Amino acid sequence: MSDTPVKHFPRPTPETEAYWQGCRKQELLLQRCKQCKEFQFYPRIVCTKCASEDVEWVNASGQGKILTFTIVRRPVSEAYAADVPYVVALIRLDEGPTMMSNVVQCDPEALQIGNPVHVLFEDWSEDISIPQFSPAKSLT
Amino acid sequence: MSETNSLRGQVAIVGAADTEVGKVPQLGATALCVEAARRALDDAGITKDQIDGLVTCNSMAEPHMYHAEAIAEYLQIFPRYCVTANAGGGTTFSVLQNAASAIATGVCETVLISMADSLRSGLSREQAMMLQSSTGHPQFEVPYGATVPAYYALIARAYMDEYGATPEQLAAVAVNARSHAARNESAQMREMISVDDVLSSGMIADPLHLLDCSLISDGGAAVILTSADRAADFPHDPVYVLGAGEGHGHEHISQARSLTTSAAVESGQRAFEMAGLGPGDVDVAEIYDCFTPVVLIELEDLGFCDKGEAGAFVEAGETALDGSLPMNTHGGLLSHCHPGNPGSMFALTEAVTQLRHGAGDRQVKNAEVALVHAQGGIMSSHATLILGREGSA
Repeated sequence: MSDTPVKHFPRPTPETEAYWQGCRKQELLLQRCKQCKEFQFYPRIVCTKCASEDVEWVNASGQGKILTFTIVRRPVSEAYAADVPYVVALIRLDEGPTMMSNVVQCDPEALQIGNPVHVLFEDWSEDISIPQFSPAKSLT
Repeated sequence: MSETNSLRGQVAIVGAADTEVGKVPQLGATALCVEAARRALDDAGITKDQIDGLVTCNSMAEPHMYHAEAIAEYLQIFPRYCVTANAGGGTTFSVLQNAASAIATGVCETVLISMADSLRSGLSREQAMMLQSSTGHPQFEVPYGATVPAYYALIARAYMDEYGATPEQLAAVAVNARSHAARNESAQMREMISVDDVLSSGMIADPLHLLDCSLISDGGAAVILTSADRAADFPHDPVYVLGAGEGHGHEHISQARSLTTSAAVESGQRAFEMAGLGPGDVDVAEIYDCFTPVVLIELEDLGFCDKGEAGAFVEAGETALDGSLPMNTHGGLLSHCHPGNPGSMFALTEAVTQLRHGAGDRQVKNAEVALVHAQGGIMSSHATLILGREGSA
């Protein structure tokens, strides 16, 4: 191991691999149940509403709203220290599901619950890109 | 429901003890667990060979693959019921329901529940933070750099936004805990604080200040349970388990059904139903306080206040020793100690002390019924216990 602190890299699993491949192509993928049409996140082998295994991948709009957020002043580890203060938020996607993310390219102090945001991707490696969100232009 | 109702009054706590808490570098996490067990055995006036059931929780500082078995081996006891519980801070009371069921069904007679960790001395600050934040989802939460305070800050902001709770009301929870810790010689932090002290203590993860966050501690605590028929044979007044209930809403906060109403609704209702009691019957409450906003949500979800009203309730002094609902009488996780998963055990031993009328300067007068509530994860798994001096309340 090198001494350089490294952020926590997600390790894709069989049911999440398509999601991470989508991120690599700057596409935010959600699952939708072909039986009951429910959208879901995170990826699973079953529909959380009707337990059908007939779930398909669809491109999300990448649009959502801030459900809640915090500004982290003390980083979780050295690897995140350069980002302080950084925003951790829950984003309610327009399709319905909620996901955790960072809100970036913004003044953290100016953010409010309900602000519209859109997805962008930060490349961490050749395999992993992380979806993050940024406020709509009028707020930046 | 008759099966769960049948637990009421069948099992009693006959031994309870804490180790020294705070900074205890002379004992590792395994030794703290054994020391808590030894003290609880002394308190119950029995020998280790009378224990035939053992429950522990794993330690972060000294993990064992099979923790309860390792503690049994260390103590050289040979139980017929041996469980390592693993549900974070809610662990303590959900296993109590489990252990009480084992006694009520005759699986075993006398169960020792002992839990300890040394987050303060057994781990570096960064190790403790990393280990605790790994409660987040490894793919969909942890990469974003959230700390445990940050996860709870997400709840705090949503709650304040929905109900108009103020930073001062959150701070009042910390002040309440400290005022009780000041009367408790064993508490880690005893110097009195004010609302202003909390608000000026530095922002950790908005809107949570340093003093809105619980402590990082070493320590352990243990209780001994047996059947109500045998409880009179022990030196102290037995404390009966009247009600127990669990509620499990999610594991990861980004999957929560609601950020502002928790599964404490279900755990509380189930515990009260078993006990045949309601919030108005509770004389003293020990409510999980890893962060100040958690207490407000739990007070409401357990039925002590309407939604959105707990802040004003605490601010008005209702949770002080002379208030209508004395709460966190030992100082809680905010001021007594918080060694991680075992944290709620100290609320349990405090409830036993209060119901034995042995709490000295911080005794709640004529306490007959206590409620203890804990949750683990990020407001994920909730467990509520109702305890009483009379088994047939």
